[in-house]
Amino acid sequence: MKYLKYIALGVLFGVTLTKAEIISWYRIYEMFMFQSFHMYGVIGSAVVLGVGVNQYIKRTRMKSISGEIIHIPNKPFSIPRYLIGGTLFGLGWALTGACPGPMFILLGNGVWVISIAILSGLAGTYFYGLVRHKLPH
Amino acid sequence: MSYVIDFIQQPWPWYVAGPLIAFVMFALYYFGNTFGMSSNFRNVCSMLGGGRSCDLFDFDWREQTWNLMFTVGAILGGFIAYNFLTPDTAVGISPATIADLEAYGMVEPGKNFVPSEIFSFEELLSWKGLIFIVFGGFLVGFGTRYAGGCTSGHAISGMSNLQPASLLAVVGFFIGGLLMTHFILPHLLML
Repeated sequence: MKYLKYIALGVLFGVTLTKAEIISWYRIYEMFMFQSFHMYGVIGSAVVLGVGVNQYIKRTRMKSISGEIIHIPNKPFSIPRYLIGGTLFGLGWALTGACPGPMFILLGNGVWVISIAILSGLAGTYFYGLVRHKLPH
Repeated sequence: MSYVIDFIQQPWPWYVAGPLIAFVMFALYYFGNTFGMSSNFRNVCSMLGGGRSCDLFDFDWREQTWNLMFTVGAILGGFIAYNFLTPDTAVGISPATIADLEAYGMVEPGKNFVPSEIFSFEELLSWKGLIFIVFGGFLVGFGTRYAGGCTSGHAISGMSNLQPASLLAVVGFFIGGLLMTHFILPHLLML
Protein backbone atom coordinates (compact mmCIF):
# COMPACT_ATOMS: atom_id res chain seq x y z
CA MET A 1 0.00 0.00 0.00
CA LYS A 2 1.67 3.17 -1.25
CA TYR A 3 -0.03 5.41 1.30
CA LEU A 4 1.17 3.48 4.35
CA LYS A 5 4.36 5.55 4.61
CA TYR A 6 2.29 8.76 4.77
CA ILE A 7 0.11 7.35 7.53
CA ALA A 8 3.24 6.27 9.45
CA LEU A 9 4.78 9.73 9.05
CA GLY A 10 1.50 11.32 10.15
CA VAL A 11 1.51 9.11 13.26
CA LEU A 12 5.03 10.31 14.11
CA PHE A 13 3.87 13.92 13.61
CA GLY A 14 0.75 13.43 15.75
CA VAL A 15 2.65 11.69 18.55
CA THR A 16 5.38 14.37 18.54
CA LEU A 17 2.99 17.33 18.68
CA THR A 18 0.98 15.66 21.45
CA LYS A 19 3.98 14.63 23.55
CA ALA A 20 5.63 18.05 23.25
CA GLU A 21 2.30 19.71 24.18
CA ILE A 22 2.34 21.78 20.97
CA ILE A 23 -1.38 21.05 20.51
CA SER A 24 -2.20 22.73 23.82
CA TRP A 25 -4.11 26.04 23.81
CA TYR A 26 -2.04 27.00 26.88
CA ARG A 27 1.26 26.60 25.03
CA ILE A 28 0.14 29.02 22.30
CA TYR A 29 -1.08 31.55 24.87
CA GLU A 30 2.24 31.20 26.72
CA MET A 31 4.18 31.66 23.47
CA PHE A 32 2.40 34.91 22.58
CA MET A 33 2.92 36.11 26.18
CA PHE A 34 6.68 35.34 25.88
CA GLN A 35 6.45 33.38 29.13
CA SER A 36 8.33 30.27 27.98
CA PHE A 37 11.02 29.31 25.50
CA HIS A 38 9.32 25.98 24.69
CA MET A 39 7.49 26.88 21.44
CA TYR A 40 10.35 29.06 20.21
CA GLY A 41 12.69 26.14 20.85
CA VAL A 42 10.46 23.75 18.90
CA ILE A 43 10.04 26.01 15.86
CA GLY A 44 13.58 27.41 16.06
CA SER A 45 15.32 24.02 16.23
CA ALA A 46 13.09 22.67 13.44
CA VAL A 47 14.02 25.65 11.22
CA VAL A 48 17.77 25.54 12.01
CA LEU A 49 17.88 21.83 11.16
CA GLY A 50 15.49 22.46 8.27
CA VAL A 51 17.90 24.97 6.70
CA GLY A 52 20.53 22.22 6.78
CA VAL A 53 18.09 19.74 5.23
CA ASN A 54 17.22 22.18 2.42
CA GLN A 55 20.88 22.99 1.69
CA TYR A 56 21.83 19.31 1.68
CA ILE A 57 19.00 18.39 -0.71
CA LYS A 58 19.85 21.23 -3.08
CA ARG A 59 23.66 20.92 -3.04
CA THR A 60 23.76 17.15 -3.49
CA ARG A 61 20.88 17.31 -6.00
CA MET A 62 19.36 14.56 -3.91
CA LYS A 63 16.91 12.20 -5.57
CA SER A 64 13.48 11.33 -4.22
CA ILE A 65 12.26 7.79 -3.59
CA SER A 66 11.03 7.65 -7.20
CA GLY A 67 14.44 8.67 -8.56
CA GLU A 68 13.69 12.26 -9.55
CA ILE A 69 15.76 15.20 -8.35
CA ILE A 70 13.91 16.75 -5.41
CA HIS A 71 12.45 20.12 -6.31
CA ILE A 72 11.65 22.45 -3.40
CA PRO A 73 9.21 25.10 -4.64
CA ASN A 74 9.85 28.81 -4.04
CA LYS A 75 7.08 31.13 -2.87
CA PRO A 76 6.63 34.21 -5.08
CA PHE A 77 7.05 37.34 -2.97
CA SER A 78 4.46 40.05 -2.50
CA ILE A 79 3.49 42.08 0.55
CA PRO A 80 -0.32 42.26 1.07
CA ARG A 81 -1.05 38.59 0.74
CA TYR A 82 1.41 37.43 3.40
CA LEU A 83 1.02 40.38 5.74
CA ILE A 84 -2.80 40.57 5.76
CA GLY A 85 -3.41 36.84 5.41
CA GLY A 86 -0.76 36.08 8.02
CA THR A 87 -2.23 38.59 10.47
CA LEU A 88 -5.74 37.14 10.09
CA PHE A 89 -4.30 33.66 10.63
CA GLY A 90 -2.47 34.87 13.75
CA LEU A 91 -5.65 36.37 15.20
CA GLY A 92 -7.38 33.02 14.74
CA TRP A 93 -4.40 30.98 15.99
CA ALA A 94 -4.39 32.88 19.32
CA LEU A 95 -8.14 32.20 19.71
CA THR A 96 -8.27 28.48 18.89
CA GLY A 97 -4.79 27.84 20.29
CA ALA A 98 -4.35 25.46 17.39
CA CYS A 99 -3.19 25.83 13.81
CA PRO A 100 -4.52 23.32 11.23
CA GLY A 101 -2.18 20.40 12.14
CA PRO A 102 -2.90 20.49 15.88
CA MET A 103 -6.65 20.81 15.19
CA PHE A 104 -6.62 17.36 13.61
CA ILE A 105 -4.30 15.93 16.27
CA LEU A 106 -6.62 17.23 19.02
CA LEU A 107 -9.39 15.17 17.44
CA GLY A 108 -7.27 12.08 18.02
CA ASN A 109 -6.84 13.24 21.61
CA GLY A 110 -10.59 13.08 22.05
CA VAL A 111 -11.19 16.85 22.10
CA TRP A 112 -14.31 16.44 19.93
CA VAL A 113 -15.42 20.06 20.07
CA ILE A 114 -12.40 20.98 17.92
CA SER A 115 -14.30 19.37 15.02
CA ILE A 116 -16.42 22.56 15.02
CA ALA A 117 -13.24 24.66 14.61
CA ILE A 118 -12.21 22.38 11.73
CA LEU A 119 -15.61 22.86 10.06
CA SER A 120 -15.27 26.63 10.55
CA GLY A 121 -11.77 26.43 9.10
CA LEU A 122 -13.18 24.67 6.03
CA ALA A 123 -15.84 27.39 5.76
CA GLY A 124 -13.13 30.07 6.07
CA THR A 125 -11.05 28.46 3.33
CA TYR A 126 -14.14 28.16 1.10
CA PHE A 127 -15.06 31.80 1.77
CA TYR A 128 -11.53 32.84 0.78
CA GLY A 129 -12.03 30.94 -2.47
CA LEU A 130 -15.20 32.92 -3.15
CA VAL A 131 -13.79 36.40 -2.45
CA ARG A 132 -10.12 36.03 -3.33
CA HIS A 133 -10.36 37.92 -6.64
CA LYS A 134 -11.52 41.00 -4.73
CA LEU A 135 -8.63 40.88 -2.22
CA PRO A 136 -5.20 42.48 -2.59
CA HIS A 137 -2.44 39.93 -3.18
CA MET B 1 13.85 -0.75 27.95
CA SER B 2 11.93 0.64 30.91
CA TYR B 3 14.14 3.72 30.63
CA VAL B 4 12.95 4.21 27.05
CA ILE B 5 9.31 3.82 28.07
CA ASP B 6 9.77 6.25 30.95
CA PHE B 7 11.31 8.78 28.58
CA ILE B 8 8.51 8.47 26.02
CA GLN B 9 5.84 8.86 28.69
CA GLN B 10 7.28 12.16 29.93
CA PRO B 11 6.49 15.36 28.08
CA TRP B 12 9.04 15.76 25.29
CA PRO B 13 11.36 18.78 25.42
CA TRP B 14 11.64 21.20 22.48
CA TYR B 15 14.99 19.77 21.38
CA VAL B 16 13.32 16.42 20.74
CA ALA B 17 10.19 17.79 19.05
CA GLY B 18 11.89 20.35 16.76
CA PRO B 19 14.29 17.85 15.14
CA LEU B 20 11.47 15.30 14.71
CA ILE B 21 9.38 17.92 12.89
CA ALA B 22 12.38 18.70 10.65
CA PHE B 23 12.66 14.95 9.98
CA VAL B 24 8.99 14.78 8.96
CA MET B 25 9.59 17.64 6.50
CA PHE B 26 12.68 15.90 5.13
CA ALA B 27 10.84 12.58 4.72
CA LEU B 28 7.99 14.29 2.84
CA TYR B 29 10.54 15.87 0.46
CA TYR B 30 12.17 12.47 0.02
CA PHE B 31 8.78 10.99 -0.88
CA GLY B 32 8.43 13.72 -3.52
CA ASN B 33 5.92 15.88 -1.61
CA THR B 34 5.91 18.96 0.61
CA PHE B 35 4.98 19.67 4.22
CA GLY B 36 1.79 21.74 4.55
CA MET B 37 -1.19 20.91 6.75
CA SER B 38 -3.56 23.70 5.74
CA SER B 39 -3.63 22.45 2.14
CA ASN B 40 -5.93 19.77 3.51
CA PHE B 41 -8.64 22.35 4.17
CA ARG B 42 -8.54 23.13 0.45
CA ASN B 43 -8.41 19.42 -0.41
CA VAL B 44 -11.51 18.68 1.66
CA CYS B 45 -13.34 21.66 0.08
CA SER B 46 -12.53 20.14 -3.32
CA MET B 47 -13.51 16.66 -2.16
CA LEU B 48 -16.92 17.97 -1.04
CA GLY B 49 -17.56 19.36 -4.52
CA GLY B 50 -16.43 22.97 -3.95
CA GLY B 51 -14.94 23.01 -7.45
CA ARG B 52 -18.43 23.31 -8.95
CA SER B 53 -19.01 26.71 -7.38
CA CYS B 54 -15.46 28.05 -6.96
CA ASP B 55 -12.39 27.77 -9.20
CA LEU B 56 -9.95 27.55 -6.26
CA PHE B 57 -11.29 24.07 -5.52
CA ASP B 58 -11.53 22.95 -9.14
CA PHE B 59 -8.64 20.47 -9.14
CA ASP B 60 -8.22 16.73 -8.81
CA TRP B 61 -8.04 16.23 -5.05
CA ARG B 62 -7.13 12.57 -5.59
CA GLU B 63 -3.59 13.72 -6.36
CA GLN B 64 -3.50 15.06 -2.79
CA THR B 65 -4.55 11.73 -1.25
CA TRP B 66 -1.06 11.40 0.24
CA ASN B 67 -1.62 14.57 2.31
CA LEU B 68 -5.07 13.43 3.45
CA MET B 69 -3.48 10.11 4.49
CA PHE B 70 -0.79 12.05 6.39
CA THR B 71 -3.64 13.82 8.21
CA VAL B 72 -5.34 10.51 9.02
CA GLY B 73 -2.00 9.40 10.45
CA ALA B 74 -1.73 12.60 12.53
CA ILE B 75 -5.18 11.98 14.05
CA LEU B 76 -4.15 8.39 14.76
CA GLY B 77 -0.88 9.63 16.28
CA GLY B 78 -2.84 11.90 18.60
CA PHE B 79 -5.01 8.94 19.61
CA ILE B 80 -2.00 6.69 20.27
CA ALA B 81 -0.09 9.34 22.23
CA TYR B 82 -3.12 10.24 24.34
CA ASN B 83 -4.23 6.71 25.12
CA PHE B 84 -0.95 4.83 25.46
CA LEU B 85 1.95 7.25 25.95
CA THR B 86 0.60 9.98 28.23
CA PRO B 87 -0.17 8.85 31.79
CA ASP B 88 -0.45 12.50 32.94
CA THR B 89 -2.13 15.02 30.64
CA ALA B 90 -1.05 18.09 32.62
CA VAL B 91 0.73 20.69 30.50
CA GLY B 92 4.01 22.05 31.87
CA ILE B 93 3.24 25.74 31.34
CA SER B 94 5.14 28.41 33.26
CA PRO B 95 3.97 29.67 36.68
CA ALA B 96 3.52 33.15 35.13
CA THR B 97 1.06 31.75 32.58
CA ILE B 98 -0.86 29.89 35.29
CA ALA B 99 -1.07 33.05 37.42
CA ASP B 100 -2.26 35.14 34.45
CA LEU B 101 -5.02 32.71 33.55
CA GLU B 102 -6.13 32.21 37.15
CA ALA B 103 -6.57 35.98 37.32
CA TYR B 104 -9.11 35.60 34.48
CA GLY B 105 -10.98 33.07 36.57
CA MET B 106 -9.71 29.88 34.93
CA VAL B 107 -9.72 26.86 37.22
CA GLU B 108 -6.51 24.80 37.23
CA PRO B 109 -4.96 26.15 33.99
CA GLY B 110 -2.82 23.49 32.29
CA LYS B 111 -4.65 20.54 33.84
CA ASN B 112 -5.50 19.30 30.32
CA PHE B 113 -4.47 20.31 26.79
CA VAL B 114 -7.34 22.78 26.38
CA PRO B 115 -9.26 24.89 28.93
CA SER B 116 -12.65 23.32 29.65
CA GLU B 117 -14.02 26.87 30.21
CA ILE B 118 -13.79 27.40 26.42
CA PHE B 119 -13.60 24.04 24.67
CA SER B 120 -16.84 22.20 25.37
CA PHE B 121 -20.02 21.68 23.37
CA GLU B 122 -22.02 23.56 26.02
CA GLU B 123 -19.82 26.64 25.58
CA LEU B 124 -20.56 26.61 21.83
CA LEU B 125 -23.93 28.11 22.72
CA SER B 126 -22.26 31.06 24.47
CA TRP B 127 -20.44 34.09 23.05
CA LYS B 128 -17.19 32.69 24.42
CA GLY B 129 -17.46 29.38 22.59
CA LEU B 130 -18.70 31.02 19.41
CA ILE B 131 -15.81 33.51 19.30
CA PHE B 132 -12.97 31.17 20.34
CA ILE B 133 -14.04 28.07 18.42
CA VAL B 134 -16.28 29.10 15.51
CA PHE B 135 -14.88 32.55 14.69
CA GLY B 136 -11.30 31.50 15.56
CA GLY B 137 -11.53 28.47 13.31
CA PHE B 138 -12.92 30.60 10.48
CA LEU B 139 -10.02 33.08 10.77
CA VAL B 140 -7.50 30.22 10.73
CA GLY B 141 -9.07 28.72 7.60
CA PHE B 142 -9.45 32.06 5.81
CA GLY B 143 -6.07 33.49 6.85
CA THR B 144 -4.05 30.40 6.04
CA ARG B 145 -5.38 30.20 2.47
CA TYR B 146 -4.98 33.96 1.98
CA ALA B 147 -1.37 33.73 3.20
CA GLY B 148 -0.79 30.53 1.21
CA GLY B 149 0.25 28.40 4.17
CA CYS B 150 0.19 27.87 7.92
CA THR B 151 2.78 27.05 10.56
CA SER B 152 4.02 23.95 8.74
CA GLY B 153 4.10 25.50 5.26
CA HIS B 154 5.52 28.91 6.16
CA ALA B 155 7.11 28.86 9.65
CA ILE B 156 8.82 25.47 9.17
CA SER B 157 9.11 24.69 5.42
CA GLY B 158 9.26 28.23 4.02
CA MET B 159 11.67 29.64 6.60
CA SER B 160 13.88 26.54 6.25
CA ASN B 161 13.99 27.35 2.53
CA LEU B 162 14.91 30.97 3.36
CA GLN B 163 11.82 32.36 1.61
CA PRO B 164 11.20 36.08 2.28
CA ALA B 165 7.47 35.47 1.65
CA SER B 166 7.35 32.95 4.50
CA LEU B 167 9.25 35.24 6.86
CA LEU B 168 6.68 37.96 6.13
CA ALA B 169 3.83 35.48 6.71
CA VAL B 170 5.33 34.54 10.09
CA VAL B 171 5.66 38.24 10.96
CA GLY B 172 1.93 38.45 10.15
CA PHE B 173 1.19 35.39 12.34
CA PHE B 174 2.86 37.21 15.24
CA ILE B 175 1.22 40.59 14.57
CA GLY B 176 -2.17 38.85 14.72
CA GLY B 177 -1.30 36.55 17.62
CA LEU B 178 0.21 39.32 19.75
CA LEU B 179 -2.69 41.72 19.06
CA MET B 180 -5.18 39.03 20.01
CA THR B 181 -3.36 37.74 23.09
CA HIS B 182 -2.37 41.10 24.59
CA PHE B 183 -5.27 43.38 23.66
CA ILE B 184 -8.37 41.31 22.83
CA LEU B 185 -8.12 38.08 24.86
CA PRO B 186 -8.14 39.96 28.21
CA HIS B 187 -11.69 41.06 27.35
CA LEU B 188 -12.81 37.78 25.78
CA LEU B 189 -11.56 35.68 28.70
CA MET B 190 -13.78 37.71 31.05
CA LEU B 191 -16.93 36.90 29.03
